[in-house]
Amino acid sequence: MQTLTLTVNGAAVTLTLDERTLLVELLRDRLRLTGTHVGCDTSQCGACTVHLDGVAVKSCAVLAVQAEGAEILTIEGIGSAEHLHPMQAAFREHHGLQCGFCTPGMIMAGIDIASRHGPAPDEPTVRAELEGNLCRCTGYHNIVLAIQAGARAMGAPSPVSSPAATA
Amino acid sequence: MFPFTYHRPVELASAHALLVANEEAKLLAGGQTLIATLKQRLASPSDLVDLARVPGLTGIAREGGALVIGAMTRHAEVAASQQVAAAIPALADLAGRIGDPAVRNRGTLGGSIANNDPSADYPAACLGLDATIVTDRRELAAGDFFLGLFETALEPDEIILSVRFPIGGTATYAKFANPASRYAMAGAFLWRGEEGVRVAITGAGQNGVFRWSAAETALVADFSPAALVDIGLDGDEMIADIHGSGAYRAHLAGVMTRRAVARILERGSP
Ligand SMILES: Cc1cc2nc3c(=O)[nH]c(=O)nc-3n(C[C@H](O)[C@H](O)[C@H](O)COP(=O)(O)OP(=O)(O)OC[C@H]3O[C@@H](n4cnc5c(N)ncnc54)[C@H](O)[C@@H]3O)c2cc1C
Ligand code: FES
Ligand code: FES
Repeated sequence: MQTLTLTVNGAAVTLTLDERTLLVELLRDRLRLTGTHVGCDTSQCGACTVHLDGVAVKSCAVLAVQAEGAEILTIEGIGSAEHLHPMQAAFREHHGLQCGFCTPGMIMAGIDIASRHGPAPDEPTVRAELEGNLCRCTGYHNIVLAIQAGARAMGAPSPVSSPAATA
Repeated sequence: MFPFTYHRPVELASAHALLVANEEAKLLAGGQTLIATLKQRLASPSDLVDLARVPGLTGIAREGGALVIGAMTRHAEVAASQQVAAAIPALADLAGRIGDPAVRNRGTLGGSIANNDPSADYPAACLGLDATIVTDRRELAAGDFFLGLFETALEPDEIILSVRFPIGGTATYAKFANPASRYAMAGAFLWRGEEGVRVAITGAGQNGVFRWSAAETALVADFSPAALVDIGLDGDEMIADIHGSGAYRAHLAGVMTRRAVARILERGSP
């Protein structure tokens, strides 16, 4: 067992867990943040996408212990029912979802795309960037439109969110 | 997963000591391959030694005529680096086409080459650019490092620190990605410079990445796609699986190489 401390959606969390615990299991089973989904558990579908220190990762492919000291942002942390995040609002506006299973991952990936590519990513860019996020329902068309609209609404890219900026 | 003990050393020496003290220990880098392997119970290390907090393993620097990239440098960082784009644009391009953004945010150069997946991209760049793999005890030419399927020259307790990519010449990487996994079905890393031509093929060979010497000889004599038309790889020596037969991959590797030649002729790199 290991004890670890990390920040989840702005709140410090300390817990003791089995080393084998995945980050997604920590979020869903221990913290009951069930907005982050598990579609495949094999790093293919992106339903489990969260941000770790500002960048999108597949939380089914990260051990919880690897996130010691990290800042995790999940779909629960970006907005509320009353105040949707601009990317959430864009998904609603553009019908970027049907069953909604892939949506938390799509939105976290979308915010990551906007933070790296700025307010006007073109369609081929968004499609290429969605390589790791699968949707069984929508055919992607409206997801791409939603991410473009969400990126526009989010405005200029935030300089802190790109680890490569200093490289 | 089978149980393991997790370690987070903050010095290279303690990471190495953990490997020596625990024969069944394994290094953990980005985890994008290893964690899946653990989940499938294909590996049962007694200990995981996480390199994330070991200093000095990340970053990109120009040292003389080479670009030195730390083993723990993530694919996303290489892909977005102005320095890499300026010095060896084909390398930045290759890194930006590994998997998907979330994989690139975790996966590392060291993990990719230590794993030596026969369909991975970085091994082709190392071989094509004649890179040097720097470990905690020696320097290995890429040609001596990749030994076969998931096999390298690394000792069980050896740690990759960085890779040195020589700058110079022109290079490009042509990849036909598996539409589902994004791994290469066939990829050709082509380099042309004063010393000649190098062609490194990944995704196709049963023994992993390899230099296609017949193509290199033909291209030295005549650097054009036409020079390769009569040269073929042996389909019996290529990977055959549900995604494609050996003959298909042999053909595809030829097509990728010809595309790479055409691209260099058209507009330099990448
Ligand atoms: C969905 C998906 C798509 C992918 N697509 C591609 C693709 O298109 N092309 C491609 O090339 N790869 C692809 N990958 C693989 C990805 O690039 C991995 O990141 C990489 O193969 C392993 O790197 P890692 O840092 O995650 O290493 P880990 O998984 O942590 O480790 C891999 C192995 O390397 C060893 N190791 C790690 N670091 C060192 C070191 N410094 N010294 C010695 N040994 C070390 C570990 O012990 C382990 O055995 C994909 C992966 C996924 C999940
Ligand atoms: S559940 Fe993590 S990628 Fe599918
Ligand atoms: S909306 Fe159903 S999986 Fe995407």
